[in-house]
Amino acid sequence: MQFDPFVIPFNIGLYFILIYVITRSVIWFRDLSKPDKLRLQRGFFGIAFGMSLKEIFMESLIHRKILKTNLRLGYMHMSLAFGWFLLILFGTIEADIFGARHLNAPYKAIFFRFFNPEHGKTGFEAAYGFLMDLILAFILSGLLLAVLKRFYSKIVGMKKTTRLKLTDKIALTSLWLIFPSRLLAESFTSGAYGTGSFLTGTLGTWLATFLPARQMAYPFWWLYSLSLGTFFILLPITRYMHIPTELFLIFMRNSGIKTGDKAGTYSEVQTYSCSSCGICIDACQLNFSAGITNIQSAYLMKAIRNNDDVTDIAYNCLMCGRCDQKCPVGIELSPIRMIQRRGGEAENDIRNIYKGYFRSRQSVNPENEIIQANYNFLKEEEPGKTDIIYFAGCMTHLTPAIKKSMVKILDASGLKYNFIDEHGGVCCGRPLMLSGQDKEARELINFNSRMIWKSGAHTLVTSCPICYKVFKESYYLDVKVLHHTQFIKMLIDDGLVKMNFLHKKVVYHSPCDLGRGSGVYCEPKEVISHLARLEKSSFEDENSLCCGGSLANMKLSSSIKKKIALDAVNALTKNNPDILATACPLCKKTFSSVTEIKIADIAEIAAEALIAKPLKIYSSSHLTSIKELANI
Amino acid sequence: MNRDVIVIGGGTAGMEAAGQLAKAECKVTLIEKEEEAGGHVRNWCHLFPDRRNSADVVKYLSDLINQKNITFLKGTSVESINKSKKKFHIKTNRGHEMLSDAVVIATGFDLFKSEKKEEYGYGIYNNVITSADLEAMFRSGDLRKQNGEIPGRIGFVHCVGSRDEKSGNLYCSKLCCVTAVKQAIEIREHLPESKVFCFYMDMRMGGAHYEELYMQSQEKYAVNFIRGKVSEVGESINNGLIVKVEDTLAGRPLKMELDMLVLMAGMEMAEGGRKIAGMSGLNTGENRFFAAADNHFGSNISNIKGIFYAGTCTAPMNITETISHARASVTEVMDYLKESNI
Repeated sequence: MQFDPFVIPFNIGLYFILIYVITRSVIWFRDLSKPDKLRLQRGFFGIAFGMSLKEIFMESLIHRKILKTNLRLGYMHMSLAFGWFLLILFGTIEADIFGARHLNAPYKAIFFRFFNPEHGKTGFEAAYGFLMDLILAFILSGLLLAVLKRFYSKIVGMKKTTRLKLTDKIALTSLWLIFPSRLLAESFTSGAYGTGSFLTGTLGTWLATFLPARQMAYPFWWLYSLSLGTFFILLPITRYMHIPTELFLIFMRNSGIKTGDKAGTYSEVQTYSCSSCGICIDACQLNFSAGITNIQSAYLMKAIRNNDDVTDIAYNCLMCGRCDQKCPVGIELSPIRMIQRRGGEAENDIRNIYKGYFRSRQSVNPENEIIQANYNFLKEEEPGKTDIIYFAGCMTHLTPAIKKSMVKILDASGLKYNFIDEHGGVCCGRPLMLSGQDKEARELINFNSRMIWKSGAHTLVTSCPICYKVFKESYYLDVKVLHHTQFIKMLIDDGLVKMNFLHKKVVYHSPCDLGRGSGVYCEPKEVISHLARLEKSSFEDENSLCCGGSLANMKLSSSIKKKIALDAVNALTKNNPDILATACPLCKKTFSSVTEIKIADIAEIAAEALIAKPLKIYSSSHLTSIKELANI
Repeated sequence: MNRDVIVIGGGTAGMEAAGQLAKAECKVTLIEKEEEAGGHVRNWCHLFPDRRNSADVVKYLSDLINQKNITFLKGTSVESINKSKKKFHIKTNRGHEMLSDAVVIATGFDLFKSEKKEEYGYGIYNNVITSADLEAMFRSGDLRKQNGEIPGRIGFVHCVGSRDEKSGNLYCSKLCCVTAVKQAIEIREHLPESKVFCFYMDMRMGGAHYEELYMQSQEKYAVNFIRGKVSEVGESINNGLIVKVEDTLAGRPLKMELDMLVLMAGMEMAEGGRKIAGMSGLNTGENRFFAAADNHFGSNISNIKGIFYAGTCTAPMNITETISHARASVTEVMDYLKESNI
């Protein structure tokens, strides 16, 4: 039996982390809702499992997404993750082939050179040793980048890197020590026995010329084992927990589990899967426009993990969703932030002594005081029967040019419609939802739903992406919900309206709730290119900016919001367009207040381009798209 | 004694400063971007608080600059200002190149662009006008809606682009309250059948005879003052304006139909002034107006020796204050010329 006391720290750490991960998985699985448990079981025997393996390989080891956005940062992550994986894999094979026996204890593979110092003399052994050295060199190159990144983040092409807490620092140090100590331990051993390949061999031979290699090796083997052990034991309470957790995340996601609106296993798994890589920090406009660098999603995830008070972080966010798009792990950051908002100001009282290792479950929504949030005082008017409802929304009432344009277009279309909130209406409910007050919002939703249902309409057109999102996601309506850009597109396609071509340069700003929030990217641009010359900007589609006027952030001062707006306008209007077009009344208002450049909603441009024709009421049955809608 | 002074801006402040400098035997060049001197006053009809004809003021100012020491350059704007040693070198869009010993900046103000408060519907609804549009109607003597009808119910929205963080103007333009009161009275005189409503946040009547005018408007002219900000303006079926406002004294929301709405546009640093600030390195404050060296005893002095401010390019002022401020700038200029041995 090959054994040496120095392997004890490693063994303790390894078995600790294995038992921990198993316990943790059991707890996580137990806490899943019944449907999610079923999904997971189905996923395990289905295609999800294979897909997950592939994704784990591509994302957790190769880090494809990071590589695509940032080559150097991706290389750093890849060399550490993939390199370490290869080292373990080939180390195990090495121990299995060349070791005294097959099926060795893990430590035999990790400390193979110590127990087999003479190994590497024959040709095949030397070739294998070369491979192992190559892998180690690969990891060390990544480690070098990581160390540099910590002190000088621009080296990997990042403007900001995450700040660390003490345990993170200790874990980081132990992680950093693992590979250099392995290198030195192996080199000294190789130096003493005249083995080792191009890296360990060369370094070992050179070190042996002026140091007592045999005696020097032993302490480094201890250091190697100790740093591994420390790293494993600290892993659950540091960001490195993301290493095992991400595997669960990928599998759960592929099985079809979603974040939902309550805290649960999936949101917790996602929270732990955040590696604090800091990509979200660079993506965040609060960082690069306003210099606020403590509220980004990486910090939110960390604060949740640490059971810190997250109220300030959770609310100081535009909810623009830029970080969701950029997150290489694919964490649903905005929904998790919303869960924190819904959690309100409630405290996590129940803290146990192992809170770092088994944190108390996140508090569920505290019951708000019973507020008589009903809207009985509002007159519920009987809406006339109609095909199409136009719901302008509060913000559109504050930008009457959009409202007027839509009325002009709707009149010209000849379709039977009802401008349901022409003389004032009830809020769609999203602002309340964004501040975490779902119950109160539900009252508004019910009120509006009744109105819409009574009208018998098959299509609801709204001018405001904020309304659009909530109508689509949180209303249970048997109507097709369209943003007015989609509706105008449809009118043009069906030949219901004719438009002139305006010889103007137009740049499109995609509103957060319409683009990233609801996935409507194409129709607005198609309408613009039908009407005018659509110019490209450097912030298209998923990468579009937030105007800064977001309803979701009530923490920012006006001047900061203006700064964000101004930066966004400047970035979008680099090529001096005639019009900066948007499809959201709030974006329009926000931009108009900071620039002299003409800001217009797509509806306004369309109304300007509209060729007037005599008013005629069509029956909706003649029209293709509209007819399709009626059949839903 | 041959001392050259350039005055930039031919409004009230610029004309007053130019006139007084000429009296003090300076050779003055007065640069005005419009084709005519007089600035905003030229477009006004009557002035508060005594409702004197603004033409009187324009006449006084025109007479003042009609001196042999003054060269008036109309339709001219400044392209660059450079200082070398003690001389200022100024180039204009018309190709003038001038040297001067001192410069007085009197670029004045622009009215806030009311289109920016889109919720009030300026430029969208026909009968939403600004205080300046109303004054033009007074001058023409014809106060009508777009379609030629006589308006019956008229509203005034105070603080449009003033005291409004969202518009980027946190300051009070301070003249709009009393202007609204004056205009409300005039409407009631023009159209005795009409009803007038003022929607205000505070009534800031801090000037000589203002409070009396305010009193008069209520007692004699039955103008209604409603404390609350207009939130949005819509259009009714018969082209009336639906105004939503909260009556904060009664504590309830109001919705009323009006025939005409007048927006009391605030004062902003003039575009021309902003350009000059950009090209010359003159300091501006957070409110974008030129920042004076001292609020109490240096309100005409800039951060560049030899450049002085006159009038509303530093802050909102009424005519009386503008003229006083312009005269004070002349004192500063003369002191400077003397101290610098020019």
